[in-house]
Amino acid sequence: MTRSSDKPFIQIQSVSKHFGQFCALDSVSLDIELGQKLVICGPSGSGKSTLIRCINRLEIHEKGKIFIDGKIVDGSPAGQDVLRNNVGMVFQQFNLFPHLTILENLMLGPVRARQLPESEARDLAMQYLERVRIPEQLDKYPAQLSGGQQQRVAIARALCMMPKIMLFDEPTSALDPEMIAEVLDVIEELADSGMTMICVTHEMGFARQVADMMLFMDHGKIVETGPPKTFFTAPKSDRCKLFLSQILRH
Amino acid sequence: MNLIKPCLFQLSFWLRLAALFSLLLLGGCADNWGWYVVSPATETGRQNLAFLIDGLYYTMALSVTAISISICLGLIVALPGLSARRTPKTINRVFVELVRAIPILVLILWVYYGLPQVAGISISVFWAGVLALAISDSAFQAEIFRAGIQSIDRGQYEAAQSISLNYRNTMRYVILPQAIKRILPALGNQLVYMLKMSSLVSVIGMQELTRRANELVVTEYRPLEIYTILVLEYLVVILIVSAGVRWLERRLDTS
Ligand SMILES: Nc1ncnc2c1ncn2[C@@H]1O[C@H](COP(=O)(O)OP(=O)(O)OP(=O)(O)O)[C@@H](O)[C@H]1O
Ligand SMILES: [Mg+2]
Repeated sequence: MTRSSDKPFIQIQSVSKHFGQFCALDSVSLDIELGQKLVICGPSGSGKSTLIRCINRLEIHEKGKIFIDGKIVDGSPAGQDVLRNNVGMVFQQFNLFPHLTILENLMLGPVRARQLPESEARDLAMQYLERVRIPEQLDKYPAQLSGGQQQRVAIARALCMMPKIMLFDEPTSALDPEMIAEVLDVIEELADSGMTMICVTHEMGFARQVADMMLFMDHGKIVETGPPKTFFTAPKSDRCKLFLSQILRH
Repeated sequence: MNLIKPCLFQLSFWLRLAALFSLLLLGGCADNWGWYVVSPATETGRQNLAFLIDGLYYTMALSVTAISISICLGLIVALPGLSARRTPKTINRVFVELVRAIPILVLILWVYYGLPQVAGISISVFWAGVLALAISDSAFQAEIFRAGIQSIDRGQYEAAQSISLNYRNTMRYVILPQAIKRILPALGNQLVYMLKMSSLVSVIGMQELTRRANELVVTEYRPLEIYTILVLEYLVVILIVSAGVRWLERRLDTS
């Protein structure tokens, strides 16, 4: 992979975000290197979604700076380009396009945003559908698939844009329990293949397997970071301890 | 299910028509009806009937042209209304509120008699009618589009953005196809409304259904029969059009 600078791939520098009076992100700083797998956890409303949505500008932060590959992400054309070429996202609610078939869902970005010829886009789409293990569903509509299958399609759709980093916002929390594993398997495989990823999740077993860094957020702040080993066995802060004990109890 | 539904619909459709015709036939037996003016059995009756029905072409042409234009215009007006910024929003509101405040008949008169003087152009009766109907309807279309587009989940925009689609492609390939499906019933209603409103263009001399009926009444002096035929004409056209719209809805629904 070519890099245009030797700084961290993503740099988040004292980023703040308010919704009205409410402070959702309070001067958050974070560096992510290429190849890193970061898992974010924390109680509801702690700003996890807001943080990763600020990275690809689904939310617009008002203070601080975000750099991707050395270029500032601020809505400028250059910033938008670097986002387009580097960042993929998977949503909690899948957000597939319901009026398009699976294949069309996957081809839309490559054809319309990348101007890829249809035949190449189709090959690309098939390649990723196989990778998420549902090549046979290509002509169905999203509503005809199970939740787990839909989320795997959503992952394939993001991968078709060939991002360097994937953002996952609670990819399994809208799924029935029996479908969680099939989606986590796909994400784990992706992690093994060297993809850089930031994943918000409460699946702690998965986090232990995949993460090389854990991050705990509360009240819009990063409270604790560390490698999973120490993070799970010896959390430093009380809030993190409490959270882990609550979430690991069941 | 899919087989029964259209049949049911058609049954009720034909029942309604049959009920009307039998009412008229019953009425026709009474003394005060003079069906001879439009009787297919006589030469003048046939001529009168043909004269009336020929107006259908203009009624349809007016309505379909006007609604096509008003849909485009409505979409153009709706988009700034969805903006987060103030100025485009204001433009949308002002247009919608202004146009909705003008009675269609007044707009028709103004476009036909006033616009040529203001703009220094000559305008045919047909295009004056189309323009007035289209402008008047576009305010409603704009509101329909705005509501339809707003009903699409925010996640769809975010997903489109996350695969790098720009605004135009997001609208064209993601939002509008879904919005159109949802607003199709409203668009169908609007077409029916337009067919009815097109009768107003008769005041500037457009030879559509209503104008022809008026003219025939003047020469034949049988308003009851002629206007009854007029009612029937609108009824048949509108029932057929609504059936068509519902058929289209069902087709889009299953795809
Ligand atoms: N668009 C918005 N408008 C107003 N408030 C918002 C908006 N988005 C988020 N918030 C608020 O910001 C806070 C942080 O939200 P965020 O979605 O980042 O939390 P989270 O950590 O992802 O929580 P969860 O686990 O429930 O997803 C919440 O209190 C939420 O109510
Ligand atoms: Mg969240």
